[in-house]
Amino acid sequence: MNRHELRAERLVAGYGDRMILDGISLEIPANKISVIIGANGSGKSTLLKALTRIIRPVSGEIRLDGKPLHAYPSKRLARIIGLLPQSPVVPEGITVADLVGRGRFPHQSLFGTWSKKDYEAVAEAMEIMDIANLAHRHVDELSGGQRQRVWIAMALAQQTDILFLDEPTTFLDITYQIEILDLLTDLNRRYGKTIVMVMHDINLSVRYADYLFAMREGRLVAEGRPSEVVTSGLIKDVFGLDAVIVRDPVSGAPSVVPKGRYHNGAGGIASRESGYAADWQAAGQAPKGKAEEGAATVTAVKAGS
Amino acid sequence: MSTLAIELVRRARLRQRSRWTAVTAALAVAAVALCCAMLMLGNTIYPVRDVAAVLLGEEVKGAAFAVRTIRLPRMLAGLFAGFAFGVSGYVFQTMLRNPLANPNVIGITAGSSAAAVFCIVVLQAGRGVTSAAAVIAGLLTVLVIYGLARGRTFSVGRMILVGIGIQAMCNSAITYLLLIAREYQLPAAVRWLTGSLNGIRMEELSWLIASVLIFTPVIVLLSRPLQMLELGEQTAVSLGVRTDRTRVALIVGAVVLSAAATAVTGPIAAVAFLAGPIAVRLAGTARANVIPAGLVGAALVLAADLVGQFAFPVKFPVGILTGIIGAPYLLYLIVRMNRKGEL
Repeated sequence: MNRHELRAERLVAGYGDRMILDGISLEIPANKISVIIGANGSGKSTLLKALTRIIRPVSGEIRLDGKPLHAYPSKRLARIIGLLPQSPVVPEGITVADLVGRGRFPHQSLFGTWSKKDYEAVAEAMEIMDIANLAHRHVDELSGGQRQRVWIAMALAQQTDILFLDEPTTFLDITYQIEILDLLTDLNRRYGKTIVMVMHDINLSVRYADYLFAMREGRLVAEGRPSEVVTSGLIKDVFGLDAVIVRDPVSGAPSVVPKGRYHNGAGGIASRESGYAADWQAAGQAPKGKAEEGAATVTAVKAGS
Repeated sequence: MSTLAIELVRRARLRQRSRWTAVTAALAVAAVALCCAMLMLGNTIYPVRDVAAVLLGEEVKGAAFAVRTIRLPRMLAGLFAGFAFGVSGYVFQTMLRNPLANPNVIGITAGSSAAAVFCIVVLQAGRGVTSAAAVIAGLLTVLVIYGLARGRTFSVGRMILVGIGIQAMCNSAITYLLLIAREYQLPAAVRWLTGSLNGIRMEELSWLIASVLIFTPVIVLLSRPLQMLELGEQTAVSLGVRTDRTRVALIVGAVVLSAAATAVTGPIAAVAFLAGPIAVRLAGTARANVIPAGLVGAALVLAADLVGQFAFPVKFPVGILTGIIGAPYLLYLIVRMNRKGEL
């Protein structure tokens, strides 16, 4: 994968007269997994749409390798930046091979004749996503998890160095969520693909991200490595939620345990400000089954919804 | 990657492609057969030999007049209008990703019809002016519908509802114009209500044939971007389709086709609406179904006209028969979409 520099400067964008992004400047770290987090309406999807030229910024600029995004011919840009939208449309009766093959559009001529490269790219994408044996199946017959793998395979067949995904795990069961996120991590670690995702689940975001962008009301409030930026102060700031930050016993990443009116954590594990709970003593003393249950609950918590 | 995966992809693709090619060829054969039937059948049945001789310019007693002046224009009108309606409907349905979105349902055909009736009844205009007015009115109707339907964000559902309203207005205008029409104008004007192939003369066809020959290739050239638009606006943009430009070109092509056909045959009910889904069901999605949809449209019109002419003691105009097929399908679609929550 090539290294690309994608930068936004003082980005203002929105829909019609309603501005959502309020002067955002950022640089997407190359060859890393970045996750954009924020409450509903904070502008994270809008930011993703602006960075992938779905919507045009009102002011400010996005530059790819120093050149403004809109100065690129559209097909050339489509060979560098790919996007998997939140709810892509499955045409009725389309087969898996056909749908994945459509990812080759920016590489083909007007007539869409397939070269050897096209076959190889489609086969490789399907193999990575482990759907090669579904090639002839109709997409509308597949399960949600399989379908999402087909869509990611389509985006892979496009062979872009940068891939954006808008909530790739939202409608999936927890098992598929982990499966999809692991596959995306494979892509990043093995091929160096730059991945940028919008995600709802704060704990999965923190676990899988190399780099976090936290948004509130159209502005960037924090960015950096999860272990550096995730604090109860940030969660309060971004989601307006009181939470305790503990250490995810599985990945070692910070993990957000939200408080609420019924569960406010009096006498619980110490918050991040006072350091991680002393080596998870509390969890260690608890019966084993209970500790595992607890970890699973933490992961499944949806923030901001 | 493994050669096995490549082989699986190759096989899946080949299977889809061969099916598409076979279905398209079969549809072409069916359309040609129906064309032959249109030329052979009538008050007198002429054998293929006589029909062929007449078409080659020989004078065959009796057959020459019937075939050349009556049956050939009727057949060509059915063929080209059906093709145009089919392509136009398919383009709208695919581009807007909604089977209800087609020139019939969203009122473009009604707009063209109203303009044509106005030209005939009020302006007493000739064919050329009538056709041109129908095309322009079709394009204007699209603009009006689009203008009324765009709110903060574009919604296909809203566009369809606005279109149904516009269609009701156009139809009431047509009814009014028919009420004030002179008696001798009625046969020509009534066509605008149901669509019919009766009494079409050769010289009326040139606009329609020219439109089909020009705009079908344009739409075929845009059919790959059209397939990408089918995946949703965002996916299409990220695949490098210039969506605005493509959409405008496709809409202009589809509207000209449907308006040119409407100007000749009137709004033949439901053809634009049925052809696309039938073609997709038969041919699959390996390629864009522009040509298959056109062929299905042509076959539908020709078959319905043959049935209307010969199956009953009374002759029915083609639009009545296609309407009879179309109405239940519309109900089925609405029920199904309602269940899926797409409406």
